[in-house]
Amino acid sequence: MSGVRVLVGTRKGAFVLTADGKRKDWTVVGPHFPGWEMYHLKGSPADPDRIYASQSTGWHGQVIQRSDDGGKSWNPVGNEFAYDGVPGTHQWYDGTPHPWEFARVWHLEPSHTDPDVVLAGVEDAALFRSSDGGQSWQELSGLRGHGSGPHWQPGAGGMCLHTILVDPRDAERMYVASSAAGAFRTTDGGKTWQPINKGLKSEGIPDPEAEVGHCVHRIAMHPDRPEVLFMQKHWDVMRSDDGGDSWHEISGNLPTDFGFPIDVHAHEPETVYVVPITSDMHHFPPDGKLRVYRSRTGGNEWEPLTNGLPQQDCYVNVLRDAMAVDSLDECGVYFGTTGGQVYASPDAGDTWAPIVRDLPAVLSVEVQTLP
Amino acid sequence: MTTVRVVLPGHLRTLAKVSGEVTVDVEDPATLAAVLDAVETSYPMLRGTIRAHGGGQRRDFVRFFACNVDLTHEPSDAPLPDAVVNGAEPLLVVGAMAGG
Repeated sequence: MSGVRVLVGTRKGAFVLTADGKRKDWTVVGPHFPGWEMYHLKGSPADPDRIYASQSTGWHGQVIQRSDDGGKSWNPVGNEFAYDGVPGTHQWYDGTPHPWEFARVWHLEPSHTDPDVVLAGVEDAALFRSSDGGQSWQELSGLRGHGSGPHWQPGAGGMCLHTILVDPRDAERMYVASSAAGAFRTTDGGKTWQPINKGLKSEGIPDPEAEVGHCVHRIAMHPDRPEVLFMQKHWDVMRSDDGGDSWHEISGNLPTDFGFPIDVHAHEPETVYVVPITSDMHHFPPDGKLRVYRSRTGGNEWEPLTNGLPQQDCYVNVLRDAMAVDSLDECGVYFGTTGGQVYASPDAGDTWAPIVRDLPAVLSVEVQTLP
Repeated sequence: MTTVRVVLPGHLRTLAKVSGEVTVDVEDPATLAAVLDAVETSYPMLRGTIRAHGGGQRRDFVRFFACNVDLTHEPSDAPLPDAVVNGAEPLLVVGAMAGG
């Protein structure tokens, strides 16, 4: 029987949660790498036993771990992320030039077709690529070298490149997003990039409709329709139907359009999920109620999903990389909270139950659908 | 050739998959830089976790102690204390107390 493997990164280690296709009874294994911040773990679509993990601490910096047996055992691989050439500067919080400095890997994106190829989105914002299973990393410096680079500025969490989407039909076509530069697209495998922020309006920057400088929190796509993109911006939920050339708002009836994650149903390209958060001042759900909102119309019309989620006294957050969907016949939806809960819905969001309740703060959730 | 005892912090012992002290052999005179080079050669997964790649700058929250003395800010090519060289004392690589 098919099953799922949920990869959870937390502030103090990684956990692997497994279940069969019913997704009722779970086995929890971990913590792997106890005490380390695990920003992200992700499995290779080409080889589910191949998993990459980003491990870091303030003491010892960045380590990349790799598993070749589905997360049972791990080995460190390469951790040298050297910017290409003279790094140059971006803007610091006070507007002064600040040298690009590597801090950590936020997101790992394995290739759809080659288990040895993986992309890494890092802080300070840049994109790296490995073609030898993570042993060595080379910067795709065309992104950071975009003419707007000296004007990029960090968000509150650092100037991170947190979103990497590769078009499943054309690996040369990719989308990335950074806080707080915005979204960018390449059609030549990362050599050249263009900002794709037309239609975004951000009140917190001098020119609300600037070409770059937007605090994009997350972008999602359905693999069957890679030209359609959904975005959770700092404020506003947005949609593009032309591969990012233009965006329009789809916040509709959401109780608040601030939030971090956004994801798309595995089989319904017009079904989208977000987790509204009160505001950028209050990083917790409105009214103490943890609600996932689902749109079955590609946005604008949203319904709250509450069955099994706490509806009082809940003041957790859900971070940008902490939501995922599986691709079983009945799509499962998963998310983790800063309170250490990981919730699963085996029925596309209709009902929820916690897999675990008391992990360290959850930074990321990914799911692998296993044969 | 000198054999130097090195105590790694817990996170790095786990990463290197060792328990207790490790020992490395270095040419005379034994220096901090030579010991770190040897540690990174024996345990390549530790490259970048004590100092920057290529023998670069010490990471901010890593300290080096020996014989009750903080060697962190000593020149890295200075000879190590006699008690470390003769094996009576280990070189301690320490994750600084931080974080509350």
